[in-house]
Amino acid sequence: MKELFIAIERCTACKSCEIACAMEHSPFKNLSEAIALSSPKRMVHVEKARSYAYPVMCMHCTHAKCIASCPTGAMRRDSETYAVFVDEGSCNGCKVCTMVCPFGAVTFDMRKRAVVKCDRCRSRSKEGKAPACAEACPTGAITFGEPDEFSKTKRQITAEHIADAVGGASVETLNSNPLDILRKTGGR
Amino acid sequence: MGERNLDNASRLLIKRAALSGIETGYDRLGKQVPQCAFGQLGSCCRICYMGPCRIDPFGEGATKGVCGATADTIVCRNLLREEVGGASSHVGHARHVALTLKKVLEGKASGYGIASREKLLEVAQGLDITVEGKSDREIALQVVDKALEDLSRQDDAPLNWLKLRAPQKEQEMWKSLGILVSNAHNEIEEAMHRSSMGNDADPVNLLLACLRMGLVDGYAGLHMATDLQDIMFGVPKVKKIKANIGVLEKNAVNIAVHGHNPLLSEKILEWAGKLEKEASNAGAKGINVVGVCCTGNELTMRHDVPMAAHNLQSEMVLLTGAVDAMVVDVQCIWPSLAKVAECYATTFITTEPFVKIPGAVHVAFEPESADEEAKKIVSMAIDAFTARKGKEVAIPEEKSSAFVGFSVETIIEVLKKVNEADPLKPVIDNIVNGNIYGAVGIAGCSNIKLRDTFMTERMMEELLRNNVLIVTTGCTAHIAAQAGLLDSAATNDYCGEGLKAVLTALGDAAGLGMPLPPVWHMGACVDNSRIATLLGALAGRLGVKVSQLPVAGSAPELVQEKAVVIGTWLLALGLLVHIAPSPRILGSPVATKVLTKDIEKLTGGKAYVEVDPIKAAQGLMAHIAEKRKALGI
Repeated sequence: MKELFIAIERCTACKSCEIACAMEHSPFKNLSEAIALSSPKRMVHVEKARSYAYPVMCMHCTHAKCIASCPTGAMRRDSETYAVFVDEGSCNGCKVCTMVCPFGAVTFDMRKRAVVKCDRCRSRSKEGKAPACAEACPTGAITFGEPDEFSKTKRQITAEHIADAVGGASVETLNSNPLDILRKTGGR
Repeated sequence: MGERNLDNASRLLIKRAALSGIETGYDRLGKQVPQCAFGQLGSCCRICYMGPCRIDPFGEGATKGVCGATADTIVCRNLLREEVGGASSHVGHARHVALTLKKVLEGKASGYGIASREKLLEVAQGLDITVEGKSDREIALQVVDKALEDLSRQDDAPLNWLKLRAPQKEQEMWKSLGILVSNAHNEIEEAMHRSSMGNDADPVNLLLACLRMGLVDGYAGLHMATDLQDIMFGVPKVKKIKANIGVLEKNAVNIAVHGHNPLLSEKILEWAGKLEKEASNAGAKGINVVGVCCTGNELTMRHDVPMAAHNLQSEMVLLTGAVDAMVVDVQCIWPSLAKVAECYATTFITTEPFVKIPGAVHVAFEPESADEEAKKIVSMAIDAFTARKGKEVAIPEEKSSAFVGFSVETIIEVLKKVNEADPLKPVIDNIVNGNIYGAVGIAGCSNIKLRDTFMTERMMEELLRNNVLIVTTGCTAHIAAQAGLLDSAATNDYCGEGLKAVLTALGDAAGLGMPLPPVWHMGACVDNSRIATLLGALAGRLGVKVSQLPVAGSAPELVQEKAVVIGTWLLALGLLVHIAPSPRILGSPVATKVLTKDIEKLTGGKAYVEVDPIKAAQGLMAHIAEKRKALGI
């Protein structure tokens, strides 16, 4: 089952994921109509984290406290994609899920009088597409893939870094992409 | 949220804003962070509609825009457009002054005149205008023609103002680099043209165009504005003033002038004097005109008007509730000011037809009817005072003393008291013997992202401890004034022994009875021209290039495009230019390398990015050490 993964070191805080998310969850799928007609709400939030930025989103926990604590059964898991989602019609707006979520990923929509959260783009998933945030991310900070693939890639990067270090490549060259330089020179 | 690490006056007023539910820049910054790195790296291109395109800083995603532009091309085009924004502001400023002077001379703007005949003659003679047998009016008309020629000529001859003010050796260097500029408007047009979709893609060629824009800014902007303003309003002289928001007075009609061009604020000040009686009839203890941002610098150095606030404090001044009218002209006017003013009895007045702000009252200001409009604006302030009278205000106590108005003319005058025949000799002797280790021009803005680190003050203090003399302009000058660094006491408090001895001797020579301050206020941001004049004179006296002097420039809290283009001009002059935060060049390996390294081989200057104040001071001193060594001192 494919999941969303985040590589914090690649996030540029461009917030393309936020815009793509909000647009995807509006009744209109294009930017101009979505903004003009539906005040779309994003379900991913890019937060500042020291000199880094991190797109905070629902991690679709296996043992989801939000599902366990929901008194009306509005918070559910999709049987096909295993994504945790809210049935807005059954939500009573108590926000218990907001309180128990360890990530701050469940927010309240005043217009709908219901909580909203990432549903890992259920409709897109069913069409075999990646979630809108992953598709919009220009640097690969948000990726959509199998957990095994993600950890395999990480293992490979680790192995290569060790090989570079043993082979004499300096730490400076390992961390000298422009974004790292920007962080070191006080970019916020 | 905990209290911010800010100066006392700002902290008090930010707290007041929070308690009153009034939004400030700090709230808005909080909603903006984290800010997009593509923007900060300069690698986002919005120039055409196949885009916007962004370059992956990790080199794995998009490495080119749709048209094939690389990060180098994109960054350099964007940088050039920033330079144009800055240069347009200064050239526009100078043009406004030139056209106003023309109207004065044609008898169409009786509200103004010529305040400095000496400066007029100096400028005229420098422009090769024959002055003998001519009236001041005739001479001034020719000066204006020379100024307007720099905005209209099509013959590719160098700018009149560049020939007038640039040192000879640097003129020759620019000629050999092929970057001598002719008509400022043509240069601005060409820069926009070459950076639009499908033109110049060569990053180095684009960076040379940036240097050209630097020269346009320096000569058809800064120098021209300074010279013409000195002619119209007088050459600044040293005077002691008060600085910080505490200069507002509860029981007076407070008028805050904000912006850059003194054409408006000079008249406001004049009419504030004429309408004192109306103010007292309204129950006020006089009319208190205070300066914000660079209009503040312009007025303080010519008329000892108090310096109320730097740009970042423009909202805070209003948050006192004690400002009856804030009158703005051009540049650095936050649109939010109209909103903050609405919360109090403050009348917020825009005056420039191309600078209108929703929520403001607009009084179109024209040179022909300057007196009428200035009178109207001051009357509006008196009316606002009547509405405010008796209401609660929150004026912070903070108020520091500062010496301002170190024009080159004034500096030379003081030095002549030490050595009449060779006024620069005492300075040079003291540089050689190490009493003055070097000098740094620290100028520019007050950046909300760095203010809580006291970037400017910490850097200045560290330099002074190491006997580095500092000259300053712009909002940086406000920061220094508020920190007490423009006062004599700072010489004893902060300077190393060598610098202390020199400033004490100069203070005695000037008849001050106390040392000169260790940071010299040379004016508004256009008056960076004065710093360049001083450097040119020093280099000329020694027979060296500006790049050989043990000096550097710094914009420690960059905000405005104007600071970017001023910095570029200083690079062209051959200076090390320290900048924080980083200009938007890091997305381009070529731009980063050329501007921070390779350009040194061309002009002698280079850019240096450092956000830590102490490290920055050390970097500047290392550069000075290198220059001293090369000079054999």
